[in-house]
Amino acid sequence: MGLRLTHVAVARGGVPVLSGVSFSLADGKALILRGPNGSGKTTLLRTIAGLQPALSGHIEGAADTVAYAGHADGLKAMLTVAENLTFWAAVYGHHDIEPALKAYTLGPLRDRLTGTLSAGQKRRAGLARLMVTGRPIWVLDEPTVSLDADAVGLFANAVRNHLGAGGMALLATHIDLGLSDALVLDVTPLRAQASEMHGASDEAFL
Amino acid sequence: MIALLIRDLRLAFRAGGGFGLGLAFFLILVVLVPFSVGPQSALLSSIAPGVLWLGALLACLLSLDRLLALDFEDGTLDVLATAPLPLEAALAVKGLAHWITTGLPLVLAAPFLGVLLNLPPEGFVWLVVSLLLGTPALSMIGAFGAALTVGIKRGGLLMSLLVLPLYVPTLIFGAEAARRGAVGMAVDTPLLLLAGISLGSVALLPFAAAAALRMTIR
Repeated sequence: MGLRLTHVAVARGGVPVLSGVSFSLADGKALILRGPNGSGKTTLLRTIAGLQPALSGHIEGAADTVAYAGHADGLKAMLTVAENLTFWAAVYGHHDIEPALKAYTLGPLRDRLTGTLSAGQKRRAGLARLMVTGRPIWVLDEPTVSLDADAVGLFANAVRNHLGAGGMALLATHIDLGLSDALVLDVTPLRAQASEMHGASDEAFL
Repeated sequence: MIALLIRDLRLAFRAGGGFGLGLAFFLILVVLVPFSVGPQSALLSSIAPGVLWLGALLACLLSLDRLLALDFEDGTLDVLATAPLPLEAALAVKGLAHWITTGLPLVLAAPFLGVLLNLPPEGFVWLVVSLLLGTPALSMIGAFGAALTVGIKRGGLLMSLLVLPLYVPTLIFGAEAARRGAVGMAVDTPLLLLAGISLGSVALLPFAAAAALRMTIR
């Protein structure tokens, strides 16, 4: 188990953004990615989640183990919170959504249409989706956007419980979640050099 | 897979889901044709199979825009691509959901609208059979077109241009089967070719659509 990256280079829109990314993540550990806007955090997370191929390098342990949460929540506005979560649980082969509802105190909102929720409530429902996947590695891109202080606390607790149960978490975030023993990786020094730009196009038809 | 099908159907039937869009378009088109052609019942009955097939095809095309675009915008496709369900299966299910919400109502409505166009009595059975065999191909080809253009803002025009030539064989054989049925000729050949197109589309296009989608979401 665990996740290991060796000399991974990633590109966005044909332009390499990061190169030489190497780290390993053991069970029960969290890694926080830091770096300014546009430094390639999202691209790296999408590559690890398998949504795009890496330019070079190896990623081990990410196949069928990653639950990805990006900027969009993947929730349908015209379905209720419970219907959304039940759907995602079924896709991942699970049924029980109660722990997820409880962890994010979504009980009172379970029968509300997701489209009528506030941005923060919607975000909480989106994060609850990670719990129903049953996947060991959570890959989270700016998970705390539009969450208030209480909800950030709920989220930090959920991550801690997940780590305590042997899971892993990979977060790109700017705020301090109070995960005391989390590793921190600053991606700023890993920016790809201009000389690596040649022949890096990922256009499918060129 | 069943969960995805149920979710797509539920979304289609909820407010703003787009169920009935294709059906309403089909209804409007077919109701207006007799007014524009004029009161010539012989002419109407000879063009009826072609008009009904063209209307069904355009109604299908109209609703393709929403097939994947909404899931792309709210991030559902990103999550589906990382889920244990293969993307090929997900797209086959989305094609099936599109057929149930768009193709099947067209098939069921066609005989009633055939009356308006003075379709000869012996043509009704073959019209329904040809639509039943042909509309799955329309949905699956449409899912492929939607997967190719989902990443493009306002990709509907491009999708229509890509999909229309692929629809032509289905239209030719479908309308031909319905026309032959209406005038009492043998319908085996166009129906078999139509069934072949549908089976081929359903078998192969989910893979093509999944490959196209993997490129567009990265």
